[in-house]
Amino acid sequence: MSTSTFERKPPIKLAELSNLSAAQRAAIDDVLARLGQLPGALLPVLHGIQRALGHVPKDAVPIVAKALNLSRAEVHGVVSFYHWYRSEQPGEHVIHLCRAEACQAVGGRALEAHVKATLGIDFHETTADGRYTLEPAYCLGNCATGPSLLIDMQLKGRVTPERFDRLTGVVA
Amino acid sequence: MKSITVYVPRDSTAVSLGADEVAAAITTEAAKRGIAIELIRNSSRGLFWLEPLVEVATTAGRIGYGPVDATDVASLFAAGLGAAHPLSIGVVDEHPYLKTQERLTFARAGITDPVSLTDYRAHGGYRGLSNALAMAPADIVAAVTDSGLRGRGGAAFPAGIKWKTVLGTPGAAPGVAGADAAQKYIVCNADEGDSGTFADRMVCEGDPFLLIEGMTIAGLAVGATRGYIYLRCEYPYAEVALNEAIAAAMREGWLGDDICGSGKRFHLEVRMGAGAYICGEETALLESLEGKRGMVRFKPPLPAIKGLFGCPTVINNVITLASVPVILDKGAEHYKNFGVGRSRGTLPVQLAGNVKFGGLVEKAFGVTLRNLLYTYGGGTLSGRPIRAVQVGGPLGSYIPESQFDLPLDYEAYAKLNNMVGHGGITVFDDTVDMAEQARFSMEFCAAESCGKCTPCRIGSTRGMEVIDRLVAGDEAVKQEALLRDLCDTMLAGSLCALGGMAPFPVLSALNHFPDDFRPQSRSAGLANINR
Repeated sequence: MSTSTFERKPPIKLAELSNLSAAQRAAIDDVLARLGQLPGALLPVLHGIQRALGHVPKDAVPIVAKALNLSRAEVHGVVSFYHWYRSEQPGEHVIHLCRAEACQAVGGRALEAHVKATLGIDFHETTADGRYTLEPAYCLGNCATGPSLLIDMQLKGRVTPERFDRLTGVVA
Repeated sequence: MKSITVYVPRDSTAVSLGADEVAAAITTEAAKRGIAIELIRNSSRGLFWLEPLVEVATTAGRIGYGPVDATDVASLFAAGLGAAHPLSIGVVDEHPYLKTQERLTFARAGITDPVSLTDYRAHGGYRGLSNALAMAPADIVAAVTDSGLRGRGGAAFPAGIKWKTVLGTPGAAPGVAGADAAQKYIVCNADEGDSGTFADRMVCEGDPFLLIEGMTIAGLAVGATRGYIYLRCEYPYAEVALNEAIAAAMREGWLGDDICGSGKRFHLEVRMGAGAYICGEETALLESLEGKRGMVRFKPPLPAIKGLFGCPTVINNVITLASVPVILDKGAEHYKNFGVGRSRGTLPVQLAGNVKFGGLVEKAFGVTLRNLLYTYGGGTLSGRPIRAVQVGGPLGSYIPESQFDLPLDYEAYAKLNNMVGHGGITVFDDTVDMAEQARFSMEFCAAESCGKCTPCRIGSTRGMEVIDRLVAGDEAVKQEALLRDLCDTMLAGSLCALGGMAPFPVLSALNHFPDDFRPQSRSAGLANINR
């Protein structure tokens, strides 16, 4: 079969594919400049990006890969392997709700049902108004005073459904 | 007038129950009343049902009040700081929960300001390292071996043997920035993912210099100049405390290129995990530190021979490393004199879940489960009878009342297919549905499997499905046989402890609480206890 009908296209430039804003791009470059030289830098770099931007944008993957001399597959593999990293912009507040045994023993399952019903979302989802993102956590190390959750990385213990409502100010 | 010293913990459990608000209220109230106070953010004593536990220094000792809400603060001042009050528990050191413990590793917990090097040294800190600096590496390793210290992460492998292997293995060139041509590493596993455990967190937040000292001693012992603390990202407060402490130790010359003028080098860095339970497995943790997915490695080679970046690596749990300073300070013999059989020293037990007096109980091995659950724990928080306890985290068996006289001892537990693990005890009352718990164990394994080996990756999902059918009464006899067969495959065929131990909670639930898996008794049970 002849290949003469195929025109050779110019190589794809990363910049053309990227939907990143200039500020996002600057934040990523800043993280790479600070942490890119660490031995085994990928996790610290991804944490840095997520801390700065709230998530690891899909378009950050090729930039990180290039800077760390990794393949895009390797970077994507790491982003998708670890539960902590997310590729989508989260809501204004992120709730990590503990699902583990010690919280189950003191009403964790009932709290989980209440949280999902009140917010109207399941795990890994964001409320329609963009206020809350709900993530599961498997233990927050607060096992003698559960049920526990992290809200914007602030730990809360003995969270009854009523306390959850007070914390969030959400009315079902 | 001399100012009054007031302590409010910065431990995350205390903060989760309002300690920051209490601290702010105390500052405001003191200013309003014109009372001079010095507010110290100490760590937690581990009496978590009393958190936030406010302490006031008096001539009689530190008087505790708890649990204190921000709205109680005015009345504390009105009564007089250190005076009688309905929330007073008296002198904290005299509290029976504390007084009857054998605190070696947690000797400073709740007493000191966790990030004050002065406080640390005033309470016996860095004496172990000072001794170690004058010793030959082989002698440090020998002291750890003689103490009988075993890995506190769960596997209970003798720490001294691991260290000896690394000492005897020449360093390698890892080909990464900042490393030596003959590099070795000390890695601390602070990926405390087991539900029902918080001892690692308490050390990292409450006595971080202890961990730093333990790792520095390990470095001297095996000839490693670099260490990493792999901390789970669910512990943001611990990250702050560790980094503050590392910076202070660097400033004061307890870390760095010339430790206390000895010419010895040790550098330490905190690395955050990213929410993968499997990274608590040592080889997956090393992969993660190298910037890869947390996939379990085949062994051999052991990490002691080829660990981080291919270099000889000591990888130990937080509590293991935090037990080292006291061994070097007071001697191997002192540590070894605690405990029973081959389980030497003490174990910080964590009482969690549905328990009245939850918290940290450090006792010598040999203490019975009953003693821990009732004398310390005071039974359940709900006031209902204890039905089952899960010891050793999500991969540990559910233990019924009939085994509560079991002494805390690695071998005694193993004999009954139970596991001491990291010393977490999660209590459940009689409303627990053991079939639901068994199913969760499989669900957890499915969510957290690294996917490298089939029994774990596929077996866990199939396990959930079989339990669902069993509970629905769909050919129950066949389903039970299938579930047992599946568990057998996972136990024997998995690459690491995740798939290899997830069947323990499942089988123990099935063996000790078979009625919970039968549809007839389930519906009757549901009616009885109003689930």
